Amino acid sequence: MNSTGSSKSKPVGVIGMGSFGTAIANNLAEKTEVLAYVRRPEVVEQINSQHLNGSLSVHPEVKATQDIEGICRRCETLFFMVPSAAFTEVTRAFAPFLHPYHRIIHGTKGLALNLPPGENLKEISKIKRSQIRTMSEVILEETVVIRVGCLAGPNLARELMAGKPAATVIASKYNEVILEGQRLLRSDKFQVYGNADIIGVELSGVLKNIIAIAAGASKGWGWAKMRAAC
Amino acid sequence: MTDAYIKHRYEPILPEKDEWPVVKLSKERKAFVLAVAQASKNALLQLTGNNPDLLKEELETTLYREKMRIKQNPWVVDPEDDYAFWNGVKSRLVQLTAENASLSRADKMARCTSILEEITMRYAEEIASNFKHTHYKLTRRIVTFGFARLLNAARVKGIRSLFSNQFTLQDKIQIIGETDQLRQLARKGTIVMVPTHFSNLDSILIGWIISVLGLPPFIYGAGLNLFNIQIFAYFMNALGAYKVDRRKKNLPYIETLKSYSSMAMQQGVHSLFFPGGTRSRSGEIESKLKLGLLGTAIEAQRVNYERGKTDVSGKIFIVPVTINYHFVLEAPSLIKEHLSRTGQERYYEEADEFSTSYKISKFLVKFFTKGSDISVSVGRAMDVLGNYVTAEGKSLDRTGREIETSDYFMANGKVNRDEQREEEYTYHLGRRIVEEFHINNRVFSSHIVAFTAFQMIRKANKKMDLYSVLRLPEEDISLDYGAFKEAVGLVLAQIKTLKAAGKIHMAPHLNRELDAIIAHGLDNVGMYHAKRPLIRDAAGQIVTEDLSLLYFYHNRLQGYELHRLF
Repeated sequence: MNSTGSSKSKPVGVIGMGSFGTAIANNLAEKTEVLAYVRRPEVVEQINSQHLNGSLSVHPEVKATQDIEGICRRCETLFFMVPSAAFTEVTRAFAPFLHPYHRIIHGTKGLALNLPPGENLKEISKIKRSQIRTMSEVILEETVVIRVGCLAGPNLARELMAGKPAATVIASKYNEVILEGQRLLRSDKFQVYGNADIIGVELSGVLKNIIAIAAGASKGWGWAKMRAAC
Repeated sequence: MTDAYIKHRYEPILPEKDEWPVVKLSKERKAFVLAVAQASKNALLQLTGNNPDLLKEELETTLYREKMRIKQNPWVVDPEDDYAFWNGVKSRLVQLTAENASLSRADKMARCTSILEEITMRYAEEIASNFKHTHYKLTRRIVTFGFARLLNAARVKGIRSLFSNQFTLQDKIQIIGETDQLRQLARKGTIVMVPTHFSNLDSILIGWIISVLGLPPFIYGAGLNLFNIQIFAYFMNALGAYKVDRRKKNLPYIETLKSYSSMAMQQGVHSLFFPGGTRSRSGEIESKLKLGLLGTAIEAQRVNYERGKTDVSGKIFIVPVTINYHFVLEAPSLIKEHLSRTGQERYYEEADEFSTSYKISKFLVKFFTKGSDISVSVGRAMDVLGNYVTAEGKSLDRTGREIETSDYFMANGKVNRDEQREEEYTYHLGRRIVEEFHINNRVFSSHIVAFTAFQMIRKANKKMDLYSVLRLPEEDISLDYGAFKEAVGLVLAQIKTLKAAGKIHMAPHLNRELDAIIAHGLDNVGMYHAKRPLIRDAAGQIVTEDLSLLYFYHNRLQGYELHRLF
């Protein structure tokens, strides 16, 4: 790597501009320049000229691009905010341009199936741990990046965008990843905690949704008290 | 890696002994020992946060442990003045406590530091190797010549046997794998060889392999107990061994040991250590490694990058080596220890079965005069993060793209020191070495028969736990040959599948007929134990004379999920 200087002068990458990705990008843009990877060309145009992503407003410091190589070259820290269904594919697209000095923090809740070619979910009676990968495991296995973290918390994109107070956790085996995430994200309204158990945090982020579904169902049936208890 | 067995003469890669890093190190021994002592002193000052009270407490703990060691577990090799030295430390610490109230913080710090300095200096001096080139040459000749004579005497019949050159050591000890890559890399960077460890013989065996491959001698950590015996001490010193005392578990000692290893690597001295820390008691391939010394490789690599040595000359290569035996002489005592440990027996003492010269010579004669081959598989070299490297020393990612190892130590465009990160890297490297051990493992017929037989016995006694199975009377156990053969066939087929997937290696003798493989395996498995782990009785049934031993040899194939076949 030839670049010099601290990461303060370097932009931060946000991969995927869904509602949560946009919220995080806006938050990051308060402190640093943000390069956002967007899949659809018309969205690039809209973000760069109107600072809008659909109906969501986008911070003017956020520059959208489709140049994967450019993002990887200019940024050292990348936030992967891609839906779990596309996560493996997007990670593979980035892999050829990533180096061991990169740090990736992902904010995706979900698991990826990892089946050998020729097998599919219907034929398997029981899913084993080895057939499932968390998002951080996808990054570790598909790329050369080792300093990986996960961003998870009770964060609703809409509330974050509205500047309501919120808290989140960054989990990583590497203290430096947690510290960097906190440096970039922490603000008066956004508390960022650290945790070393990345797999635990990823799984909680996924499994709590089962309870959320039950809670939603009980609301639908009009059992409000039970929902609160959930 | 091919399965083919490589037998040829390698020219030394550095013919001039003055170019050998280990010779340079021994010439500067005094300065080096001093530097190691200083480095470990500084590490300890940092660990205690420059707080005189904490440091004093650490020193008192060290003193207490050392006095216990001298009292409870003295060895021949311990220096005569051990008692006097620690008594001196004691009186100085006592005096310090007495004057504690009247001393300033700086004074206390200075007095503690000076005591610490003496201790680390003493440790560094004790650890440092005493490599002497003349001794090395002589030892190499004795080992090669002596062993070759013994070997031929045993195998070639008749009066000429003593002068026969029909067999060389390389017939007995087969070297396979990435030997050429290893030789190339040893010219360019620093090698850290990490072998599996099953027998006390490994130390000498590996020393011999290194010399056969034409590599300059490596330094390696050898248990101080081996230096109890003068003749062994001579050999070990000649081979470049530094001393590791397992009794000393105090912080200053451990820091000094790590500094020694790390600084030697930084100087480009090839090193070797057994990452399992000690011989595998259970007979399994190591799956948990001792990370202390492994971490020194990562530290040394980072220090080299910090000093701007970013080219291949400053690169450290990890080379896993798997050693395969049909027969491990110490097996009975190893497995006994393992079982009494895992079986929750509270009391356990470090046994030293290599305690007399007589026992060792008996062992060596037995080893070299009887059949039973050994193979040594040299694995693919990796960088300190476990990425494979090319013959030029470039690291590759999983897709074969070249990457820079220095990038792993960078943050914000600069190499920086981050101990927590390096700790995680050490875990990572440890996992990669275990993976490579399993891939490089070379299956022998004896491993397969032992594995199959023990699994069949376990299956027949499904309701018992392991310890109950092991207590079964041996004379009640017999396996039908037909069923046994079928099961061996299944295991073999699975091993071939694993081999095709690149997860294991096989010795060429496994390509024979099933009956021949079984016969070969039964002949070889633990062949010189008084009680054989597995034999075929007069009625043609498969029986065992020692279940624990069978369990030991069976364990060699643990970790491949083969038990699912039963």
